[in-house]
Amino acid sequence: MSVRVVSAVRLVQQRSIVVLIALLVALAGLIEIIRPGAVNASWVSNILEFAAPLGILAAGQTLVVITGGIDLSVANVATAAAYIMASQAPYGVTRAIVAGLLVGVVVGLVNGVGVAVFRVQPLIMTLAMGLVVTGSLNVYSQAAIRSVPGVPAVIHALGSGTVLGYVPVSLFLWAPLAVLLILGLRGTGFGRLLYALGDNLEATRLAGVRAWQVLLANYAACGLLSAVAGLVLSGTVNAADLSLATVLLLPSVAAVVIGGTSIFGGSGSYSGTIVGALILTVLNSVLTLLDVPDAVKQVLYGAIIVILAAAYTRVLGHD
Amino acid sequence: MASTAVAEAPRPAGFRFGRAARRYGWTVAVYALLALLMVITIAIKPDYGSFEWNTLTLAALPLAFAAVAQTMVVLSGGIDLSVGPLMALANVLALRAMLGHDLNYSLVVALIVLLEVTLAGALNGAIIVVTRVPDIVITLATSFIWAGLALLVLAKPTPGIPLDFQNLAQGSTFSPWVPNALLVLLVIPLVWIPLRRSRAGLAIYAVGSDRNAAFRSGVNLGWSRLLAYAVCGFFAACGGLALSMTTGVGTPLAGTYYTLSGVSAIVLGGVSLAGGRGGMLGPVAAAYILSLIPAVLIYLGIDPNYGQMIQGVLIVIVVMIGGLGVVLRRA
Amino acid sequence: MSAVPNDTPLADSAALLEASGLVKHFGPVVALRSADLRVRGGEIHALMGANGAGKSTLVKILTGALTADAGTITLGGRNRSFRSTSEARGAGLICVYQDPSLLPDLTVLQNLKLTATPITAFRRYLIELGLGGFDLQTMPRELARPTLSLLDLARALAIEPRLLLLDEITASLPADLTVRVFNVARQVRAEGRSVIFISHRLAEVSALCDRATVLRDGKTVGVVEPAQGGEERIVKLMLGPVADEVAAEAASPSAPATGAVAVEVRDLKAGILTDVTFTLRYGEVLGVAALEGQGQQELFDCLAGVRRSESGQIMVGGKTRTFRHPADAIRAGLVLIPADRLQALLRQRSVRENIALPLVNRISRWGPINTRREKRRVEKAVKRLQIDTRVQSEVRRLSGGNQQKVGIARWLVGGFQTLLCFDPTRGIDIGTKRQIYGLIKELAAGGSAVLLFTSELPEIQLACNRVIVLFGGRLVDEMPAAEADEKALLRAAHGLPAEADAEQEA
Repeated sequence: MSVRVVSAVRLVQQRSIVVLIALLVALAGLIEIIRPGAVNASWVSNILEFAAPLGILAAGQTLVVITGGIDLSVANVATAAAYIMASQAPYGVTRAIVAGLLVGVVVGLVNGVGVAVFRVQPLIMTLAMGLVVTGSLNVYSQAAIRSVPGVPAVIHALGSGTVLGYVPVSLFLWAPLAVLLILGLRGTGFGRLLYALGDNLEATRLAGVRAWQVLLANYAACGLLSAVAGLVLSGTVNAADLSLATVLLLPSVAAVVIGGTSIFGGSGSYSGTIVGALILTVLNSVLTLLDVPDAVKQVLYGAIIVILAAAYTRVLGHD
Repeated sequence: MASTAVAEAPRPAGFRFGRAARRYGWTVAVYALLALLMVITIAIKPDYGSFEWNTLTLAALPLAFAAVAQTMVVLSGGIDLSVGPLMALANVLALRAMLGHDLNYSLVVALIVLLEVTLAGALNGAIIVVTRVPDIVITLATSFIWAGLALLVLAKPTPGIPLDFQNLAQGSTFSPWVPNALLVLLVIPLVWIPLRRSRAGLAIYAVGSDRNAAFRSGVNLGWSRLLAYAVCGFFAACGGLALSMTTGVGTPLAGTYYTLSGVSAIVLGGVSLAGGRGGMLGPVAAAYILSLIPAVLIYLGIDPNYGQMIQGVLIVIVVMIGGLGVVLRRA
Repeated sequence: MSAVPNDTPLADSAALLEASGLVKHFGPVVALRSADLRVRGGEIHALMGANGAGKSTLVKILTGALTADAGTITLGGRNRSFRSTSEARGAGLICVYQDPSLLPDLTVLQNLKLTATPITAFRRYLIELGLGGFDLQTMPRELARPTLSLLDLARALAIEPRLLLLDEITASLPADLTVRVFNVARQVRAEGRSVIFISHRLAEVSALCDRATVLRDGKTVGVVEPAQGGEERIVKLMLGPVADEVAAEAASPSAPATGAVAVEVRDLKAGILTDVTFTLRYGEVLGVAALEGQGQQELFDCLAGVRRSESGQIMVGGKTRTFRHPADAIRAGLVLIPADRLQALLRQRSVRENIALPLVNRISRWGPINTRREKRRVEKAVKRLQIDTRVQSEVRRLSGGNQQKVGIARWLVGGFQTLLCFDPTRGIDIGTKRQIYGLIKELAAGGSAVLLFTSELPEIQLACNRVIVLFGGRLVDEMPAAEADEKALLRAAHGLPAEADAEQEA
């Protein structure tokens, strides 16, 4: 009995993902029509390379949104992680990377304490922490008199290198991470609890779950993923300035929403988010190809998110 | 008969006091905090005078409008992440149309800009109501749209707001201690008080307080939410015009700061993000507090870069105190 | 309950409201197949039906919250179809729901303004409901639920409706307030206006109502006069073919059990709850009888770790325990089934995830799940409770009774020693109710301890071995189930001594 039930859920989820993938293919087709021959292996490679930082950043966002929260500090954390990594690079690459990732974990933990222990609304907590992170980073950058630090070669290779000519190196990080997250959300106790908390916090408590532990771990994980995304991004653009990832904040939420994760929590998947991130990246590529000015690009970008979200809500009939 | 939890006797005065404290305590505390900060400022900078006060009111004016705009929507149980870009849009529209004209022409332009951006706000609300997509997603998306439009209207920061129009906010017509920037704030009660007393205003609170009960009380949920977004657009337009008056510049990228700081101000101002609870007095005071912090840092000789950090820490502390209350009550 | 009043319905007054052939679909689900309802002017008309029979859909259609797919409604002879609640309100149709619809963050006065309610009339009805001198500046957020229900009722009455719908309003009212509501309803009738009364409590229906329309599976299956021995017929109509089965299973109060002590409560104090001491044994169902708000919520919350006690001890297996979190209570084997099913369930998640939730409730269980083992355990529980999972995967698509079963199944899988059932059958139809009580008895027979509060006193004897009675936060009486008939419980729950107590004790 319940087998049928579960497979029915899967079917609906998969169907919506099929729709999203179809959209992705349609966008690629559009590019091919605009400029025949443009969609080739190196284009795909490029798309994957640019989608990777967004995809990883949106991974953290997905985890938080599933619990019914939102993390508005992901971009600030990514920026800070990359900047601190770069500024620590002269003392050794390992130390630099660890320092960068640590930034993410620490900020994530503070977010987690605020949300889980002090019951602060996630929107507010992460917004405020975003301000704290950016403010602190400004102060730090003035103290570290050095000019904008360079990105170590390893990170540069991670962010923009390719293997066999076409396979981006970042894919070797992103793909295993994606598999881990997709399986983890579906098949581990921790994953179950994220959905449970997003659905009904009080019910989850009544079932004997200490919600703060789950949330704390989850926000820390989100912080860590944001830091990873920041490092990859700094490798992709080969720089780490004070506004590195700022532009990715809104897309990180948009990718999650387009991917079908409910902003109210309790349902969704990372596979959807991946497709969402790819759609946004391809969309950007289409607009660039059309030589659309940045301002118009922004307007179209916004309009398309509205249309996608509306279509999605209509199709799945959430009430 | 058994006694029940129903209290029937008229309550003693003490209860009423407790109730007043519960309802208005936070607002009073915010004003007390503002007063305390002012006292500290004057202690640090003994020659604090009307000039500094004027500077503060100028800095706080756009933020106060941003906060009030956000409050409108939050009271209705929503959130608008496009308040900043709406302000930027009003700001650049005003610059584009006013450039090189006189005061009267500028005032007409201002009215038109108010109308346009109010409509933009209403459009936010209409999309949310019609598509049923969560407000946070829609306004996130429309924030791109308004910011893009602002960039289309004006590609880069450009000065040129007519001086006479600027002086509406910059001067001190009556007394150096009553700068015009303070008087411009009167737009808020002029709109808010009649609204709050009307059925439409009550309906906005109702929708934010409990949607189901509001529906059963005969409130038209869609129109009430739309109205909240439209009024939010109006106040955002005021904020954009305030930005024009206080800086004299059209800045297409002003947006992000005001969205985030606006939300900060309403949290500090005691508006419940869950909707239905709060007023306009708190957020306005909070806007002043947030604008005062960088000034104090400068007087203290501290790097104003700490300002953002302190603003963040202040919000964290405020909300954690609020949260701590909940935690302790449970224990 | 009070004596059945002898007001015969007006002989042949014209129908005030006539609804016929109402149909409503929600996607593939049929909520109403063919509902007919005829309410005369000046009568109190009950609307009865098991859960999912279509009562609330019918009410929503009558009040304009939903529109019917087919069928007609006439009010006072005119064809009507309301597109909104305010339109229905304008025509004199108004509904008071179980959960009050006053806005928590507007003052009562503002609430009245919002709904354009005349204030003098509102005040007059407040006095009649025993709330004279009420401060209109109060915010509903600050008020207790029974008060809110009365305010909501007074607000509805103030517009002098032609037809007043009371949707389970008495479910959250203590007995004394229920009486006041009844008096007002009779007064409305005396003025020639009509009331539609919806309640699961047969006693209330037969005390108050002139006629009753019974719905089953979205269809009107009969109209009965409850006062003239119609109760049995109503039950039969509501249950349909199952009725005979249930009737056969007569209530036979169980004897006190003599198992080992499961939980010992000593001098417990929390909120209104004061110095409560009792023991709960393995193998018994201990009933808690109390009117609304006498400390039973506090008692259950303390035992379940939802709130902390101010003083006193809770001993489990002879050891004193401190519960700071439901997790602590669960480890000690105490699990809670709350009255509000949705408080305990994940509505968007599958039945399976809901039932398996306790299996992942510790950090040590955060790792990979053994899917096959989990499935086996869940299916066993589903089978044992006969949960109907055909409908849909998501728990929100299940009926109320099935949802409550999912809440119980969770602990069959998760494991427990003591079950704390807080009004587990609130708003559940009779058939499912019996099933749940049957299960509770079965669990006790299997060696578990059960603490059971139910707001419906007659049900105590259905399931319990022994009863404790709370009044004003104190434990005022204890009796074996055999003596705990409704009359005895009612007296005790109102803080009165048992009639023959003095002589017997002496």
